[in-house]
Amino acid sequence: MATAGRLLLILALIGAVYGLCASLYGARSGAREWVDSGRRAMYSVALIAVVAFVILDVAFITSDFSYDIVASGSSTTTPLAYRAAAVWSTQQGSLLLWVMLMSLWASLALFVTRRRVREIVPYAQATMFAFTIFFAGLCVLFANPFATNDAHLTEGAGLDPLLRHVTMLMHPPMVYSGYTLLLVPFSFGVGALLANRVGAEWLQVTRRFALAAWLCLGIGIMLGARWSYTELGWGGYWAWDPVENAALMPWLCATAFIHSMMIQEKRGMLKVWNASLVLATGCLAIVGTFLVRSGILSSIHAFVSDPTLNVSFVSLISVMVIGSIALVVFRRDSLRTEARLDSLLSREAVFLFQNLVLVALAAVIFWITFFPLISEAITGTEVSVGPPAFRPFVVPLALIVVLLSGIGPIIAWRRVTAARLRRNFAFPVAVGTTTLVVLAVATDATAHLLAWVMFGCAAFAIATVGQELARGTRARAAMTGAAAPVALLGLVRRNRRRYGGYIVHLGFALAMIGVAASTSFQHQRYAFLRPGQSAQVDGYTVRYVRPTVSATAQRLSFGAVLDVTRGGRHVTTMQTSYGLYPAQDPMHPIGRFFNGSQESEVALDSGPLRDIWAVIHPNVTPLQGLIARGDQLVSRLLLQVSSLPASQQPAELNLAYALRDQLIRVLAQRFVTHPWASQFLFEVSPLVMWLWVGAIVAALGGLIALPPLRPVRRRAGAARRLASAVDAQDLAAGGKAPQPAGLVSPERELV
Amino acid sequence: MDPSRKRAIRLTVALTAALLLASALVYTSFAAGRDELTASQLLARARPGQTYILAGTVLDGSVHWDGNVLMFRVRDPKLDVSVPVRYTGVVPDPFAPGRGVLVDVREGGPSGFIGEANTLTTKCPSKYQAASGSY
Amino acid sequence: MAGYLLVLAVVGFAVYIVSAPLRSARARRRTAPDGLLESVAELEAARDAKYLEITDAELDLRTGKLSPDDHRSLDRALRAEAIEILHRLDAARARAAADER
Repeated sequence: MATAGRLLLILALIGAVYGLCASLYGARSGAREWVDSGRRAMYSVALIAVVAFVILDVAFITSDFSYDIVASGSSTTTPLAYRAAAVWSTQQGSLLLWVMLMSLWASLALFVTRRRVREIVPYAQATMFAFTIFFAGLCVLFANPFATNDAHLTEGAGLDPLLRHVTMLMHPPMVYSGYTLLLVPFSFGVGALLANRVGAEWLQVTRRFALAAWLCLGIGIMLGARWSYTELGWGGYWAWDPVENAALMPWLCATAFIHSMMIQEKRGMLKVWNASLVLATGCLAIVGTFLVRSGILSSIHAFVSDPTLNVSFVSLISVMVIGSIALVVFRRDSLRTEARLDSLLSREAVFLFQNLVLVALAAVIFWITFFPLISEAITGTEVSVGPPAFRPFVVPLALIVVLLSGIGPIIAWRRVTAARLRRNFAFPVAVGTTTLVVLAVATDATAHLLAWVMFGCAAFAIATVGQELARGTRARAAMTGAAAPVALLGLVRRNRRRYGGYIVHLGFALAMIGVAASTSFQHQRYAFLRPGQSAQVDGYTVRYVRPTVSATAQRLSFGAVLDVTRGGRHVTTMQTSYGLYPAQDPMHPIGRFFNGSQESEVALDSGPLRDIWAVIHPNVTPLQGLIARGDQLVSRLLLQVSSLPASQQPAELNLAYALRDQLIRVLAQRFVTHPWASQFLFEVSPLVMWLWVGAIVAALGGLIALPPLRPVRRRAGAARRLASAVDAQDLAAGGKAPQPAGLVSPERELV
Repeated sequence: MDPSRKRAIRLTVALTAALLLASALVYTSFAAGRDELTASQLLARARPGQTYILAGTVLDGSVHWDGNVLMFRVRDPKLDVSVPVRYTGVVPDPFAPGRGVLVDVREGGPSGFIGEANTLTTKCPSKYQAASGSY
Repeated sequence: MAGYLLVLAVVGFAVYIVSAPLRSARARRRTAPDGLLESVAELEAARDAKYLEITDAELDLRTGKLSPDDHRSLDRALRAEAIEILHRLDAARARAAADER
């Protein structure tokens, strides 16, 4: 089946090349059948990629170690779910996942648009084929996932224990879905510019894909943050690591694009901005993919560098950047705006300002992330600026974003009067101000001024969402006579885009509360404790009750039971452990069980007001002497067994391994019977739960905003009735005549 | 006010803000940045009292604990040179011989370099590998 | 053997569906040039966006973001823009239909 998989990959590449040529030929000649054939070629490539992926995944699930990447990335002792997911822990498998997702999302986009934007689709199609060709080409030429060996292995190297976490099952597919979905609006943007059809229609057909990309990438980022918090043993969820930033930058630009596209749809403004933004976002998606596997920047996540892939990616990014700039410059006349900003007191102005801030955020993160390379290019030395460099810029910009997320919903399009503004702002400003005052008086929040201001801004944003939902529900209830909960559901259902967006803002504000509190008011404490000893952290007393140990052939675990009290009252009992996985080191049959990969099992007591977090970092130095003696003993025994007749060896080997396992258990048990001091890291983080709650709420809002609008034909009929109800003479008179009677009201269509 | 004048003012304000942000960013980066040095560069440039970022790979066989102090050597990526480091603090889970590391260090006399507490970061030990070229 | 059969099946299916438009007689039926259809589609998109603006303005009135006076003048302007789009749409559709004939 490996050969079949490789053949399918080659066929996918051939199909993509055909699709590219057919699309371009159809575009230039106007022969629609070639464009349709190209679209179907994308469907075929998607099918082929799925089959190839399934073949590879089955190899992982069945532990077929004749595949090189199965042997290096999985083992028979890896749990089933992780075996299935291990395919994307490898370079080759992750590239195949990219091809599959790219072709699937492209197929969906082309299916949805098969009767629309007909002049744009061929070029968009060709662009998506170009990406498919690139990644399929990498798989075929440089990173073959179906490479095999003749070693007849019965066991593999295993999946890295750090990746054996439930969030890691979905983190890469979500991030890759985000990246590949971002290439759909990118491709349609390229198509619109090439076809010189730069009106709002290309935005309308790609809006859902931009929103889906934003949603998937956001979920992927949060899954990664959760993994960091609960698995990596350093106590944080965000380290401003280059690989983390690589996903954040396109997400920020996608957030800006989702807002700015509304302005072009409604007012015909910001055409240059939207075209540039969507092209930049697509470029950043590829940059993100490149960063993770390039090794060009020091990162705890960055993986082994492959020069061949680096050259390919840099070439692709260069073509994308130069091509994007050239397209926008070439079409600058067509991109001229149709309207102007009426007033700074308008939703357009707020969206525009928000866009500028989000792009500024992305630019700051880009500069600081790539600064080591920039400095090396300028000064010859790689200079690191570290995570603290982000704070002076990111925090104020984030404050502005939160503030604007509260202002946007309560300000109308085009223009709003000062009096109306005062009326709409009164309640949210009161809530925000009250929050600041209460926190200043009742807590020590002002010790961290920026965090205190963030709490106020977030309270303001939450209040605006509440106000909007309340007013909309009241209006609908008044019209329909429904009870409030029913009216609320109806309101959201009939205005998904608007209220889905408001719910996203609510989630974002909640998340920022969690971030501000947990970063500014966190208490951390390192301590070396023996059983019975205690440490103090933020008013909590953490007592090391007793050590724990477990020993199997796959994993050793040294842990601790911790008892947490506050003011003499019991708060919680937690358990943390430190896992050791055996290394492949035949010279040390005992020692390899103590010197292999490690991973922490975090003890976490999570609550709405605070998280208590603890890890243990035991070192096995006190056992080194005994381990060395054990190595000698077992090595001698294995040598003796190897000199026996072949018929006797299996039984004697089993005995030798049983002795080895017994020795390991006895050694590990000394952690309990003769415990020594272990290093602990304790952490109390206030309100961090709201980061995760906010992320879930924001994702829910994104899902609500995602489904398609109601069928446009119904709205078209209503629009005609609306428009035709205005008297032509009324228009000729400059709109001075009173509103005609019998005007069809859109109320029932709206609320 | 004339709309075109309004637009000009808005554009000027926006560009000025962007320029200020960019200037602050560039200045902060160069002022606050610290050189990432390999083992050979550190041996050549290290001065007492200064802190540097040491980047390299943990030398196989060099890792051991002295009580609560982790001792290891960091190998230069290109030259056959390594420097000893004495480190106290949290050791990241991925830390192991052969892994890439970054650690803040200062000169510690004859014993080598002293790692600043809780500054040790380690590259993730993914299975991503260079293509073997055999099919 | 199973692998090769799978590959053959997939290839056969792909060739069949990819070549279908090229073999289909329906592809040879004359339709209006894409340029005209594109103009109609663009105007339909503009019409839908204008309708959305009108409904959004109504919602802004009901939720207090716009005063009745502000809404009245905005609504008037939007409906005027909608009429113009509808006129242009009718003309584009007529041109497309004439060209098809």
